[in-house]
Amino acid sequence: MKTSKINGVLALAAVLAAWETIARAGLVNPLLFPAMSRILGSFAALLASGEIPGQVARSMERAAAGYFLAAAVCIPLGVAMGLSGRVSRALEVVVETLRPIPPPVVIPVAMLFLGIGDWMKIFVIFFSCAWPILLNTIDGVRNIDRLLVDTARTFGLARGKTILKVVLPAAAPQIMTGLRISLSITLILVVISEMIGSTDGIGYFILNAQRRLKVDQMYAGMIALALLGYFLNQAFLVISKRLLHGR
Amino acid sequence: MPLLEVDALCKSYDGSAGAATLAIENISFSIERSEFVALVGPSGCGKTTLLMCIAGLVAPSGGRVAVKAKQVDRPPPDLVLVFQEYNRSLFAWRTVLGNVLFGLEAKGRSGKPAEERARRLLGLVGLEGFERHYPWQLSGGMQQRVAIARALAYEPEVLLMDEPFGSVDAMTRLELEDALLGIWKELGTTILLVTHDIEEAIYLSDRVHVLARRPSRVVETVAVPLARPRNQVGTRAEPGFMELRNRIYRRIADAG
Amino acid sequence: MRAERRFNVSGVGLFAALLLLWEIYSRAAGIQDYLPPPSAALKALVEPSVARALLGHLAGTLGRFAGGYFLAAALAVGAGVVLGYSRFAYSVSEVIIELLRPMPSVAIIPVAILCLGIGDAMMIAVTVYAAAWPILLNTIDGVRNLDRTLIDTGRTFGLGRLKILWQVALPAAAPYIATGLRVSLPIALILVTTSEMVAGADGLGYFILDEERSLRPANMYAGIVVVALLGYALNRLFLLVEARALAWKRGLQTRGEA
Repeated sequence: MKTSKINGVLALAAVLAAWETIARAGLVNPLLFPAMSRILGSFAALLASGEIPGQVARSMERAAAGYFLAAAVCIPLGVAMGLSGRVSRALEVVVETLRPIPPPVVIPVAMLFLGIGDWMKIFVIFFSCAWPILLNTIDGVRNIDRLLVDTARTFGLARGKTILKVVLPAAAPQIMTGLRISLSITLILVVISEMIGSTDGIGYFILNAQRRLKVDQMYAGMIALALLGYFLNQAFLVISKRLLHGR
Repeated sequence: MPLLEVDALCKSYDGSAGAATLAIENISFSIERSEFVALVGPSGCGKTTLLMCIAGLVAPSGGRVAVKAKQVDRPPPDLVLVFQEYNRSLFAWRTVLGNVLFGLEAKGRSGKPAEERARRLLGLVGLEGFERHYPWQLSGGMQQRVAIARALAYEPEVLLMDEPFGSVDAMTRLELEDALLGIWKELGTTILLVTHDIEEAIYLSDRVHVLARRPSRVVETVAVPLARPRNQVGTRAEPGFMELRNRIYRRIADAG
Repeated sequence: MRAERRFNVSGVGLFAALLLLWEIYSRAAGIQDYLPPPSAALKALVEPSVARALLGHLAGTLGRFAGGYFLAAALAVGAGVVLGYSRFAYSVSEVIIELLRPMPSVAIIPVAILCLGIGDAMMIAVTVYAAAWPILLNTIDGVRNLDRTLIDTGRTFGLGRLKILWQVALPAAAPYIATGLRVSLPIALILVTTSEMVAGADGLGYFILDEERSLRPANMYAGIVVVALLGYALNRLFLLVEARALAWKRGLQTRGEA
């Protein structure tokens, strides 16, 4: 709807304009709400100086490592648990015990073993992403039509080939759901872990800016984070469409 | 003074390409108290739109509707519409009894007497024993009966029904037709029923308005002088019945 | 359906075996400082001073969680109904919502600290912000997807706008709202514990981090056990309440609707 988009943009412009005027008129504590123009200026400066791209890159390194590690471990594990009732029952108790642990609470444990380096964050992200990917993979595999597997067997396919050529593609949409959920969890946890135990990354940057009372930089960091979240989501959608051929 | 009056009613919709589609073109008729009138026409000719206008749920583009001489510009308090898609109209979160009670609550009734009346209405439509069931547990025909009971609970002076028996099997259909006639006789409600089934229209009503293909208009009004009480075997065997049926059928076929 | 009520021998067996391995390895390798055996963690749990402290922290966390979660629910359901019902309200707020959505809610913590300091108010505010999103989005979805026929049914029975909202729209949208409430349950817990870790002086999150910093890992693990149990209990409680409230939905689901 064209009109609805216009309404929305107008509303946004109105909010921004209001923010700007209120800030400039000195009606709010400039320490809490600096003028939007200052924030955007800060953002542009930090972007140009490479500070924000650098911090974002550091965060992304850890995030990617944890995310793909989780996928590499949990998708095969999920397939195994989805296909084999025995494997599933054996691991069930362990999974159900670890699952209710809120991921941030794992950070101190990781810190104990891994300090405050990259591996701590990679481990925390791995732990948090694991469950959505694992459970959705199991679900996806379990819900495959028996007929598809029987078709493969009729064609004489061996177990391994069946999994690769039939099971994985059939369960792919559900697996993608798990990967999508884990994407946002990854972003959340990388920020949390950087706020609690780190010396760099975008999460650390935002918290640090607040501590040093560089408030416009803090907001700039948040804008960067929102943009990051947006682009990651879009990228995921594009890749997902390609892989699933529009299913 | 007629209970319901439809006067030069028109309804057009804005098309996607900017051109307007005329759904209803100049329909007029009136209904007296306690009459049973049927509207018959081919599928897609705008019968539902017509009922929605009469029920005050959709605003007409031209003409007017009056109930008890008062113009209808919003759902009038003496009138209720029973929708064609009963499964989307029944409240899934209420039991069968709860759904019927809704009709009473809407009229401001509650408490023990209301519950008694709701149970009686369920008996009237043949659903005793199903009070605590949820709609999803019932068959299509039973669900439609709940919708009818709910509408009757409201004690409307005018009952509008949109293809009420369209989605049930033939046998259930005949049962429901007779049940409706029984209710009509007992309560004296004025009924306007829309259907694409010519024989059903003749069997049930005092008068049939025949509608043409879109845009809808009344191409003929046929009086049904068949004796009451009607029954499925005797009435349908009368020579008059077949005559009326053929006349209406030809009228619809000609109007194209 | 297999008899799932049968005791899961292999599952419990594997779990017990892992715990045993942990116990043996921890004692044998003499790394009690990093990795205390499970027995030590259990001992810490029942030790009176630790247990008392844990109970206090649990109360704090639970209180903040409840405050944040229910406040979020009230605000988000209310806003969601308005935005779902009114096309105008939705069109005005759509762009702003789509801009704020991609930002992880935790990024709001520094702002909250700035505005509200480091007390309960900050933690509850952060929890409300984070938990509100799933509830808001699902409620909007539910209300927007309301079947027109249901609304028309309310109208034909002479109900006014408010009555239709209360008696028809809300019950019909309830499954969607329930989904939002279910998704935001763990989110609220995550935000409470996180804010306790980042800037708290009390609560299970703070306790766990503090014990780690003070090099008392056994207590830390005890705290983790309590938090996990809390999460598990809250989840089960929710499922119980949801099953009761949405008993009517059972049948619809089997027909592939809603």
